Amino acid sequence: MSKMSEKLVETLAEALGQAATVLPNDVISALERARDREEGPARVQLEAILRNVEIAKAGQVPICQDTGTPTFFVRFGTKFPYLEELLSAIPEAVRLATRKVPLRPNTVHPLTGENPGDNTGRHIPHVTWLPVPGDGAEIFLLPKGGGSENCCALKMLTPGLGIKGVKKAVVEHVVACGGKPCPPTVVGVGIGGGADLSLKLGKLALLRPVGERHPEREVAALEEELEELINASGVGPMGLGGKTTVLAVHVEYAHRHPASLPLGIVVQCWADRRAHLRISPSGEIVIRNP
Amino acid sequence: MEKVLKTPIAEEEVRALKAGDVVYVSGTLFTARDEAHRVLLERGAPFPLEGLALFHCGPVVKKAGETWRVVAAGPTTSARMELFEAEFLEKFKPRVIIGKGGMGERTLNALSEVGAVYTHFTGGAGALAAQAIRGVKEVHFLEELGIPEAVWVFEVERFGPLVVAMDASGRSLYADLEKTVEKNMDQIRARIQGA
Repeated sequence: MSKMSEKLVETLAEALGQAATVLPNDVISALERARDREEGPARVQLEAILRNVEIAKAGQVPICQDTGTPTFFVRFGTKFPYLEELLSAIPEAVRLATRKVPLRPNTVHPLTGENPGDNTGRHIPHVTWLPVPGDGAEIFLLPKGGGSENCCALKMLTPGLGIKGVKKAVVEHVVACGGKPCPPTVVGVGIGGGADLSLKLGKLALLRPVGERHPEREVAALEEELEELINASGVGPMGLGGKTTVLAVHVEYAHRHPASLPLGIVVQCWADRRAHLRISPSGEIVIRNP
Repeated sequence: MEKVLKTPIAEEEVRALKAGDVVYVSGTLFTARDEAHRVLLERGAPFPLEGLALFHCGPVVKKAGETWRVVAAGPTTSARMELFEAEFLEKFKPRVIIGKGGMGERTLNALSEVGAVYTHFTGGAGALAAQAIRGVKEVHFLEELGIPEAVWVFEVERFGPLVVAMDASGRSLYADLEKTVEKNMDQIRARIQGA
């Protein structure tokens, strides 16, 4: 293995470990704000969550036993010199982190039930490659738990229902999930594109810090409205009732076919674990804990 | 009311609990997820489960020499176990179920019949849970089912806080909340249509 390959494996494994054990500050702040406005059982849940976050950070242990499926999003320059090294370093880093952190071995063969034990397998870890002009690379890690992934949904809406139809479908879906995805959740909504793209956009929307608004005014307003509507439901933390069902809703969109209105709803649990790395063209790697 | 239930937990003790109570468990707790429920029902339990706490959990564990250490052990979504739980309660009589998200009608009825409660542990609070686990007593079906699905037997001290969400008198916090949420949803739908 070349020096750069080794460095990539080690740094990526370190970032996976950080993502599993240290919750990003934007999520902690959002949880603290939620705790301050809640009372009763809802407040008990948020206090337990925040205590858990502290224990995990201090003891360098995973925040949640479901350390998720390691998922990668790589924005790489078309002239980025380490693409080949990165390609092989990603699964290697997952194996290393699974042993070292440790992460729960979460990859199961869908037909035989066999678990390789190292969080890799066919098509896993999955990487979304996003080429951009330039010579550096940016890597986003999103280890996503199974409970919240089970609450993701694709709705192929009738275009005539318009944006009201989108609002209704998002609110009804998130509310129907109740306590299952471990609320307060962060919801990524992808509108348009196509069946697969709408869900992918929903996932990409989760890479933004919690509560950071979409740069376009209409989209930002929709995010705010969806948050308010969902939180008016009363589902609350862990589905035990309360004011905070979502910490944030992030929306992304793509142009759609005139006959289709795809809506991808991606639900992320309160343990919105993320890590971010930047690789310079000279081979420097910086982990930036969001 | 906040109290500590010590295993083996007696039927009368759980029948006295009411939805909304906060409890802790000390003593022996075993994990079982989907596959473990199926296997235990098919083949019987390798140790007596009556009076113990059943935890819907797939833990993260680490082996140091011959000793297992629990790194993180929060609850998994209980709804998936609805398939098995009524039968499981009748057959094995664990007195406390620990999970998240709640369970269905069949389990609620079985809780009343058998004398057991379903309690909610904060989802994702795996590190908080691990702190209350004093040690791993046994593990079953590890080779066959893998780490998350195996039956782990833990010694615990003041494991919680656990909110009694479904009690043995047929009351479910989830069902109560569902009614409130449905009422709120009528207003929310009207707001969307009117906007």
